[in-house]
Amino acid sequence: MIASGGANLPVLKPFRLQPTGRDLTGAPFTTRNGLLLIFVLLLSACIGEAQAGPATPSILATILKWTPLLAQGFALNIAMSFLAMAIGTVLGLALGLGLVAVTRPVRAASWLITQFFRNAPWLVLLFYCILLMPFEVRIGGIIVPLPAWAKSTAGLALPVMANVAELVRGAVQSIPSGQWEAAEALAFTRLQTLRLVILPQCVKRMAPPWMNLYAIVVVGTPLASIVGVNEAMTLTGDVLSSEGRTELLVPMYLYLLTWFFIYCYPIARTTVALERRFQVS
Amino acid sequence: MASLWTTEQPLIRMRDVHKKFGATTVIDGISVDVMKGEVICIIGPSGAGKSTLLRCINALVPIDSGSILVEGQEVNDPKLDKLALRRKVGMVFQQYNLFPHRTALANIMMAPLHVLKRARAEVEAEARALMRKVRLDGKEDSYPGELSGGQQQRVAIARSLAMQPAVMLFDEVTAALDPETVKEVLVTIRELAEEGMTCIIVTHEMGFAREVADHIYFTDRGVVIEHGSPAEFFTNCRDERTRQFLSQIL
Repeated sequence: MIASGGANLPVLKPFRLQPTGRDLTGAPFTTRNGLLLIFVLLLSACIGEAQAGPATPSILATILKWTPLLAQGFALNIAMSFLAMAIGTVLGLALGLGLVAVTRPVRAASWLITQFFRNAPWLVLLFYCILLMPFEVRIGGIIVPLPAWAKSTAGLALPVMANVAELVRGAVQSIPSGQWEAAEALAFTRLQTLRLVILPQCVKRMAPPWMNLYAIVVVGTPLASIVGVNEAMTLTGDVLSSEGRTELLVPMYLYLLTWFFIYCYPIARTTVALERRFQVS
Repeated sequence: MASLWTTEQPLIRMRDVHKKFGATTVIDGISVDVMKGEVICIIGPSGAGKSTLLRCINALVPIDSGSILVEGQEVNDPKLDKLALRRKVGMVFQQYNLFPHRTALANIMMAPLHVLKRARAEVEAEARALMRKVRLDGKEDSYPGELSGGQQQRVAIARSLAMQPAVMLFDEVTAALDPETVKEVLVTIRELAEEGMTCIIVTHEMGFAREVADHIYFTDRGVVIEHGSPAEFFTNCRDERTRQFLSQIL
């Protein structure tokens, strides 16, 4: 922003970025940097190995032994992130439309809900969901149990909803007013205008920040370990306490970190690629 | 009201229309009659309220006082059925405002399909015919971004025509175009006029106005300074401001 607006804002000129030929914004997301990070993670495992006593099984063997269990936990993390994102997106879409509604009370209520959930710490929301939601609900004649992971997912879906609502509002407002005028002149209703003209154009604009939000949700799922959900973070803790070996501590958590990294990194890269592509067109 | 309207009465009858934006008066008592099949050109300096006047006719902009009757239907009425009004009034904009995510053909088909709820096959056949009419056959599957300004504007005209409106409003439709594509758009509008389409055209193309209009209105600061047939308007205008404007532009 500063670099492009520099000519019009002489005050900012001393801070103007010099073009270096390298794209600074893209630098953290090159494949080389990614491989480097994985290498560092492996290296730390080797250092831990060197610290281990002679009689105990090697760290690598221990990690491999527990990998199926951790994979199960990680699968729950992914499942929770998927569900939270899906629920949050559907609710956020509705809330976002509320933010651009014509009726003032609807707009005000949507604004209040959005601001509340956007500015509340995720952990607090998680606690509330765990504490306030019942352990089972009766739908018709069927009793549906609500396990902790389901409640946590709901807790994560709330901030997702608020953030998606803001994305929707921003995207809708970025569509030129001429599009609204043309649709109105063709006798579209407001709902038709949104559905047929405005929202389809918003999808493209919303895709990169939406994916970014998803990556944040994924790395946010270990928060559920605090409320006792058996996801990867909880299981790693369980493994460490059952092994009782301090030299495992750093490599195990780094191992877990690598899982998250490998999952989220391609998302981050795709986001950057999408942003670049949409900028050009 | 609408049922009482006959073709002997003006298709559009504006009486003493007033419109303010905040403290700025944009339209200060304009009265205009447009008969069915007539072509009206509104000319005048920028900021004279010409575009706003067009937007008042299809209720994109509500008026403060006065009366606008479209086929006998009062536009300045809180109970106005805006959608019914807009089905009768087509509008083409300076910036084309095509929907960039849909092809040219889809742009034309959208309103008949979703607003008029007509059958797809029938709508598509008509849309293709309209593309031929504006001489863009072969461009049906192009997206607006792949078309030139003049081509986009002709698609926009076809899109409005697809609703089979009683009157077409043209809001400086050539102002954003390259000089070489202005002509193709003007030719399209002239053909429409010759077919008997009622048109209200806001334009800065004096030669075109003279050629196509049945009646010319010169407006400045929200009022009609003078009006008349092109022949009398261009050869012996009475008002000093009109003369000044024409001398600058011709």
